[in-house]
Amino acid sequence: MADAVRPRRWRPAPLIANPWLRHGLTLGAAIYLALALGTVDVNWARVVDGLDRGARFIGGFLQPNFSSRWDDIVQGMIESLTMTVTSTVVGIAISIPIGIGAARNIVPRPVYYVCRSIIAVSRSLQEIIVAIFLVAMVGFGPFAGFLTLSFATIGFLSKLLAEDIEDIDPASVEAIRATGSGWFSMLSYGVLPQVMPRLIGLSLYRLDINFRESAVVGIVGAGGIGATLNTAIDRYEFDSAAAILLLIIGIVMVSEYTSSIIRKRVQ
Amino acid sequence: MAVQQLANGRFAWQRRTARAEWLNWLAWLAGVALTVFCWRVMTESTIWDYVWDAPTQAADIGGRMVPPRWSYFPNILKPLWDTLNIATLGTLLAVFISVPIAFLAARNTTPSVAFVRPVAILVIVSSRSINAIIWALLLVSILGPGILAGIIAIALRSIGFIGKLLYEAIEEIDAKQVEAISATGASGPQTLAYAIVPQIMPAFAGITVFRWDINIRESTVLGLVGAGGIGLNLESSLNTLAWPQVTLILLVILGTVVISEWISARIRHAII
Amino acid sequence: MLRLEGLSKRYANGDRALDHIDLHVPAGQVVGLIGPSGAGKSTLIRCVNRLVEPSEGKIFLGDVELTALGRAGLRQARRRMGMIFQEYALVERLSVMENVLSGRLGYVGFWRAWFRRFPQADIDRAFAVLDRVSLMDHVDKRADELSGGQRQRVGIARALVQEPDILLVDEPTASLDPKTSRQIMRLIVEICAERNLAAIVNIHDVALAQMFVQRIVGLRAGRVVFDGPPESLDPAALTAIYGEEDWSKTMTREEEAEDRAHEAASEQLRGVRAPLIAEAL
Repeated sequence: MADAVRPRRWRPAPLIANPWLRHGLTLGAAIYLALALGTVDVNWARVVDGLDRGARFIGGFLQPNFSSRWDDIVQGMIESLTMTVTSTVVGIAISIPIGIGAARNIVPRPVYYVCRSIIAVSRSLQEIIVAIFLVAMVGFGPFAGFLTLSFATIGFLSKLLAEDIEDIDPASVEAIRATGSGWFSMLSYGVLPQVMPRLIGLSLYRLDINFRESAVVGIVGAGGIGATLNTAIDRYEFDSAAAILLLIIGIVMVSEYTSSIIRKRVQ
Repeated sequence: MAVQQLANGRFAWQRRTARAEWLNWLAWLAGVALTVFCWRVMTESTIWDYVWDAPTQAADIGGRMVPPRWSYFPNILKPLWDTLNIATLGTLLAVFISVPIAFLAARNTTPSVAFVRPVAILVIVSSRSINAIIWALLLVSILGPGILAGIIAIALRSIGFIGKLLYEAIEEIDAKQVEAISATGASGPQTLAYAIVPQIMPAFAGITVFRWDINIRESTVLGLVGAGGIGLNLESSLNTLAWPQVTLILLVILGTVVISEWISARIRHAII
Repeated sequence: MLRLEGLSKRYANGDRALDHIDLHVPAGQVVGLIGPSGAGKSTLIRCVNRLVEPSEGKIFLGDVELTALGRAGLRQARRRMGMIFQEYALVERLSVMENVLSGRLGYVGFWRAWFRRFPQADIDRAFAVLDRVSLMDHVDKRADELSGGQRQRVGIARALVQEPDILLVDEPTASLDPKTSRQIMRLIVEICAERNLAAIVNIHDVALAQMFVQRIVGLRAGRVVFDGPPESLDPAALTAIYGEEDWSKTMTREEEAEDRAHEAASEQLRGVRAPLIAEAL
């Protein structure tokens, strides 16, 4: 073996074999990065002003002020929490039929397309944009937030539920069908038992998301803790803002922990 | 499930035992009661006349929104470019910060399970709990309006997302490959580079692209609170009640979201 | 070359995996380590390069007391011990060459390794061992594209490129078919002879061990209960290692062993097929 005697070079094989494409992509990425960074026009005077506020905000995290806005915070939290619960329940109730309707393997084609388009509409619209429109229609307050979150829940849950149903084991569905039962008993004995644990897990997850989103919709007037937060930030009351953020983080942590326990029990 | 033998010697079957049945009912009852209670509290201040009036309002707004004002399109090209940059640069920034955090948070790579790991997890949870728009609200107030606030807001929110999924991926790697590399006499950082990094690379790329796609979606609305991008135009159009303009902006946002979702799906598909 | 003195390992849960093992392996000798599952074979091998920390006793590699080494010293000592694993333990997503070069990690700095800029001498070594295990055609393939036997040969190459004094081999044939198993065992034994390498080979297949190694050590419940040449492994010795059983059928020669494996395989196939056929009818 001459090869083994003569020194042989070795370089790792590049990720993209074609050198033109490889160097082209690298160059393109570099140009893009330069252009993109160029669009970031920073007003340094303003940033320097902001440093002080930033320090106050970080200080606020270390010493949050719960007291001066306590009534607003309580009111906002009550709105957020009630909005979260009701919108999740209503969202689930609507998502189940739509999710079933959007599962290709158990419904006729026309139903499938209708349900899939409902999901697509709900998923492609941002919560905050929906909230803006709903506030314009039903007025300020948590009811608009409730509608927004219910609407968003439908897109999320139905899609995942439909995908779960499409993934179920066809053998057990067939076994139920073979007993001569109708569509509804097929659903309740063959399909739902298989997707139930996942559905419960997803619903808990969505409960969590709805709470986090409830803090957002308040910014455009749809009620909840977001409104309180918005006011606090507008008035540069960073210690109150930090208190609210800490509350949100705390509630999310508690709810994630609880739902992980419930999920373990269900599965 | 419970099977009981009845007095006549036959077997009766119930899905649950009597106790479980009761508990099940109680849980449902509590759930319904909670929902009704929340509903009552939430709707206390609702003015129902407005709500019943909503269809009329909707029809009114809908009527004003069509047709979209196509001539406005050139005005939103620059904001669209800004939006893209906010999402991309924000994702990049988040990647740089979240990778070390993920290694500190993963049980099998953290220097200390008792001290460092909880701190890293806390950072991840905090970042995940606060929506990008709220971070933007804060940053606009601190740094002033503009793209920079948007980029940092997107990054702050993405750290938790990327960090969480990445540390879970690190915890799931095959420990035997790590053992084999450290058995050759490799140092800790070398083992990381040769045994752990190759294993998490596909997950990492997938997570980043996925988050980039979500960030495009989120950065379209950051402008509503002043953090740059196409949302600024949406905000000003809404304020001046220029509904045909709003329609056009929404259509452009929709198109951007659909395209970025398609790109991200293609890339993730190619990686796996 | 390798000397164990009173080596013991007790796991945190109280399991005593090794109980005062004394063993001496001279250079160039291939030792087959046999014993029932849970006898401590794997723990013994892992204690030697301290992937598992021993609880008691001393280990010497040449003049170096491995059990007394600090972190840096251990790294250097590990370079002298090549390890070959049960399910290959290759880094699946790296190429064959990268896997082999990972055997040189103990000799190069971090950045050289990160950018794959190994010294030419290391690359020459890697090509030489790849040639020895006949994998020259697969240098830039990814490890997960290879067959089981090829992967194990990459594993061997990775251990050899370390230029070790001893090979620690953990069930090298457990996931291979009978023919490949024998090829791999033959390769390991030949290489040890060529390079005058000592080796400890964990192996559960007694017949295969008898075929290739020069010395057999039997472990049971963490103790050495047999130590001698393969020929002296009689039913009494097997009973001491594995417990009471009719051993007359185990003492087969090569051909029979292979026949048996064949039979077992086809039986398994029949077992799988039976319900399929029933369904077809």
